[in-house]
Amino acid sequence: MADEPMTTGTPSESKSTLKLMSKSMYAKEAALRNLFLLCATAAVAGVALIFLFVGVRGWPIIQDPGLGAFLFGKVWSSSTDQFGILPLVTGTLVITIGALFLGAPLAVGTAVFLSEIASPKVRAVVRPAVELLAGVPSVVYGFFGLIILRPIVANVTGGLGFGPLTAAIILAVMIVPTIATLTEDALGSVVPGIREASYAMGATTWQTIYKVLLPAASIGIIDAIILGMGRAVGETMAVVMVAGNAPQFYQGLGEPVSTLTSQIVIDMSYASGTHRTALFGMAVILFLISMGLVALVRVISSRKKER
Amino acid sequence: MNKRIANRLALSVLWLCAGTTVAVLGAVIIYVFVNGIGQLSPEFIFTWPQGVNAEGGIWPTIVSTLYVTGLAMLIVTPIGVLAAVFLAEYAVQGRLVRIIRFAADSLASVPSIIMGLFGLALFVETMHIGFSMISAALALSFLMLPIVMRTTEEAIRAVPKYIRWGSYGLGASKWQTVSRIVIPAAMPRILTGLILATGRAVGETAVVIFTMGQAINLPISPLDSGRPMTVHLYMLAMEGINLPAAYGTALLLMIMILFFNLTARWLLRRNRRMQG
Repeated sequence: MADEPMTTGTPSESKSTLKLMSKSMYAKEAALRNLFLLCATAAVAGVALIFLFVGVRGWPIIQDPGLGAFLFGKVWSSSTDQFGILPLVTGTLVITIGALFLGAPLAVGTAVFLSEIASPKVRAVVRPAVELLAGVPSVVYGFFGLIILRPIVANVTGGLGFGPLTAAIILAVMIVPTIATLTEDALGSVVPGIREASYAMGATTWQTIYKVLLPAASIGIIDAIILGMGRAVGETMAVVMVAGNAPQFYQGLGEPVSTLTSQIVIDMSYASGTHRTALFGMAVILFLISMGLVALVRVISSRKKER
Repeated sequence: MNKRIANRLALSVLWLCAGTTVAVLGAVIIYVFVNGIGQLSPEFIFTWPQGVNAEGGIWPTIVSTLYVTGLAMLIVTPIGVLAAVFLAEYAVQGRLVRIIRFAADSLASVPSIIMGLFGLALFVETMHIGFSMISAALALSFLMLPIVMRTTEEAIRAVPKYIRWGSYGLGASKWQTVSRIVIPAAMPRILTGLILATGRAVGETAVVIFTMGQAINLPISPLDSGRPMTVHLYMLAMEGINLPAAYGTALLLMIMILFFNLTARWLLRRNRRMQG
């Protein structure tokens, strides 16, 4: 299609059409374009700056306790100057898996409901609810978990109720909007024809969902769950308020643990020296995890496009 | 017959999922409202916290929150909107655009605590700005940038092509078309995105706790430190002192967030009606 000659090319590429402009106008157009480009590169600059400034402060960790002692050390104790993050990593892992286990089915179910079952009226209630759930500040979730959920969990597990179970339940709620919105998008982009073909062959709604739609949207759903996982790994304030913040290995659903993010918040205000370096080192690791998950989603999606 | 029963069963499970999601939101909102409503009064909103238990009001924290949010919006709005204009109107698909999109996606997924440490390292310490409104606003603006970029780009792409053709047909230049035709047409949806980003900034804790400071202060200049509502709530809750004030703060926060979200929805709906 030979449409709109002025929008398909950059000013420099479509000089022949731009001859109609005065020189000053051409210069102004080019300058504006470059200004916008500069704004767009702010995102790239942001990532680079974060990497640089957090990285520089975390870098010495490679020399002082050494990378092995940092990544695989089993003791995190500021009083003895031991900064092994393995207990924190396992804490993050346990809570994230728990949150996905509880939250992902709930979110995918909600998304399928919104996209396939709900009448417009019901949808008009459920969808804003999902969006609002995303808007609730994490500190309010943490507060809710601390005051309401924690005593309930304490009744089940014993102890005070601080621990992986409480944190996982709160996080499960927090990742529902992320996963549900993206899953709904994925279901919405399934070619409508196959849905009708399935119904025409006498399949029930559930058979259509289970055998046709979910497989067709599977890659989008996996992407959604990965991004939900990123959210769970990086969530901070809600976890700090309910996880108990004891940097020890997992000992039970009701026993306090600490995560990479929560330990940063707890320690940052007083940490110095190697301790502080270790906290920045943990931030670098979190950053790498979250970027890795984004890259993973990109790879999965581009594979899908190739197919 | 069997498949009917399976269908019935599965559909009720899906209803249950959606019901649970709505119920959880309802529970959080009702819990905060019921416990906080008795606390809300002009004294609570407009006076200072006093004494070790932070009795009295939360006025300085409200000002700090609004101050930093406004400042962050001032920083992020021009950059985010113009970046989106570039991506939607000017960019030619290629490596540069791919890098920019990947960076924006990464920025959107960076845990907020990292943004806090970054702000601490760059603005507070390296640039010697100290704990201040401006440090916090700068760090927050990195958090909001991808949100503003994405929503604005979607808004611009939703403007029908033929409007642009009409403008070019009349001899308008690219910038004239973008500034006088495309952006005004996309304005309601751009505003919606900006409002949602504002809501996000109001509720943010981990970024501001390490860039704004934690001492209660009424900020006047951008270089003043302060304590936002979220950090106030966090500290009251963690130290278990003065729970009523914590409930009140939580309620005010929720009211602000609800206000921003509902305004954004209202704008979107009105826009959709106007376009038929």
